[in-house]
Amino acid sequence: MKKTCLVVEDSSIVRKMARRILEGLGFEVIEAEDGVDALVVCKRAMPEAILLDWNMPVMDGYHFLCHLRRMPGGDDPKVVFCTTENGIDHINQAIDGGANEYIMKPFDKEIIAAKFQEVGLIELPEPDLV
Amino acid sequence: MTPPDYEYLRKLLKDHSGLDLSADKQYLIESRLLPLSRKCGVPGIGDLVQKMKGGSSTIIAQVVEAMTTNETFFFRDKIPFEHFRDTIIPEMMKARSGRKSIRIWCAAGSTGQEPYSLAMALKEMGATLAGWRVEIIATDLSTEVLEKSKSGVYSQFEVQRGLPIQLLVKYFKQNGELWQIGPELRAMVQHRQLNLLHDFSQLGAFDIIFCRNVLIYFDQETKINIFGRLARTMEADGFLVLGAAETVVGLTYAFKPFPDKRGLYRPSGVRAGSPQGAASMPKIAAMMGR
Repeated sequence: MKKTCLVVEDSSIVRKMARRILEGLGFEVIEAEDGVDALVVCKRAMPEAILLDWNMPVMDGYHFLCHLRRMPGGDDPKVVFCTTENGIDHINQAIDGGANEYIMKPFDKEIIAAKFQEVGLIELPEPDLV
Repeated sequence: MTPPDYEYLRKLLKDHSGLDLSADKQYLIESRLLPLSRKCGVPGIGDLVQKMKGGSSTIIAQVVEAMTTNETFFFRDKIPFEHFRDTIIPEMMKARSGRKSIRIWCAAGSTGQEPYSLAMALKEMGATLAGWRVEIIATDLSTEVLEKSKSGVYSQFEVQRGLPIQLLVKYFKQNGELWQIGPELRAMVQHRQLNLLHDFSQLGAFDIIFCRNVLIYFDQETKINIFGRLARTMEADGFLVLGAAETVVGLTYAFKPFPDKRGLYRPSGVRAGSPQGAASMPKIAAMMGR
């Protein structure tokens, strides 16, 4: 069965780009526009993966993460931040808050694949011997 | 690019670096050399070739560098670094408990991601290695990539390929969009310019050699020759780590695979020799389009 990835991101363009990449990596993609929207999705069913923006209206990514990790089953999803907040303070704050990985925008398919591999969400195929 | 230009570049690269391009690698040359021709202020590869024929050794050096610089990233392929942590270092600590020193060679150190990944892996072992002297020597053909390796400065893109975020914040300092690996780790790695085609016995004897994703560029005879010399520059109980897509099988008896650890080899004690008839076998590298 396909793993599910929730994309939490207020920009529809970035959501679309992330969806295309994640579907290419074999994920079922669900979208949410902000943290509150994302919590509703997680209450219904915990996804295996969450790609999480930081700055969003209503509830930002960091506060969503703190809520998520206190929910029943909320420790299960692998959370990968994906944000323009590229400073080391933000990265440390995210790790302390329970994020598994952190992508500094701009991102591409290789970075998503590398980070998802890092947290065990995907395995890259073994190359053939030459 | 005209066929004669392509042949000229193929031969030049073979002579200068051992890089063995098959007949269908025009795209590779174009992708690597078009940026260089722009940098040199000429419109295309044909003009670059003219400059080279005119005897411009700086252009020749730049062409060789551009063609032999490999893509690399931190903890590339992961598994070799797990072998390093879980198998190689524990075995070496048993075997070297007397002298408490281990010498490591990154034979294609490139821009530093591999040697610094090893340095980080060693640091992560913490107190286990207290009192041990571990040397990491990184060599590469290209002085340009060695300079980058020495500086330890990487772009935001580079630090996001293979490097866990926890290690980024632990071992790197941020400077705007750039990240520099800390002085303590930089001090763990020594750099030397080296062409694997030439004698490397002056580097001394190693316990561990990482020689990944570089031999694929050489033809079979050159590979066999390098394997033989690697075996001679290595302690009898040392470890050789090859790239995920590389093997010694069918090429040399100088190394034998380490059981159940892909990509890991040890000297066999058979110093010379390749499998019978190997030298007359068709050039596998060429057949595989390398």
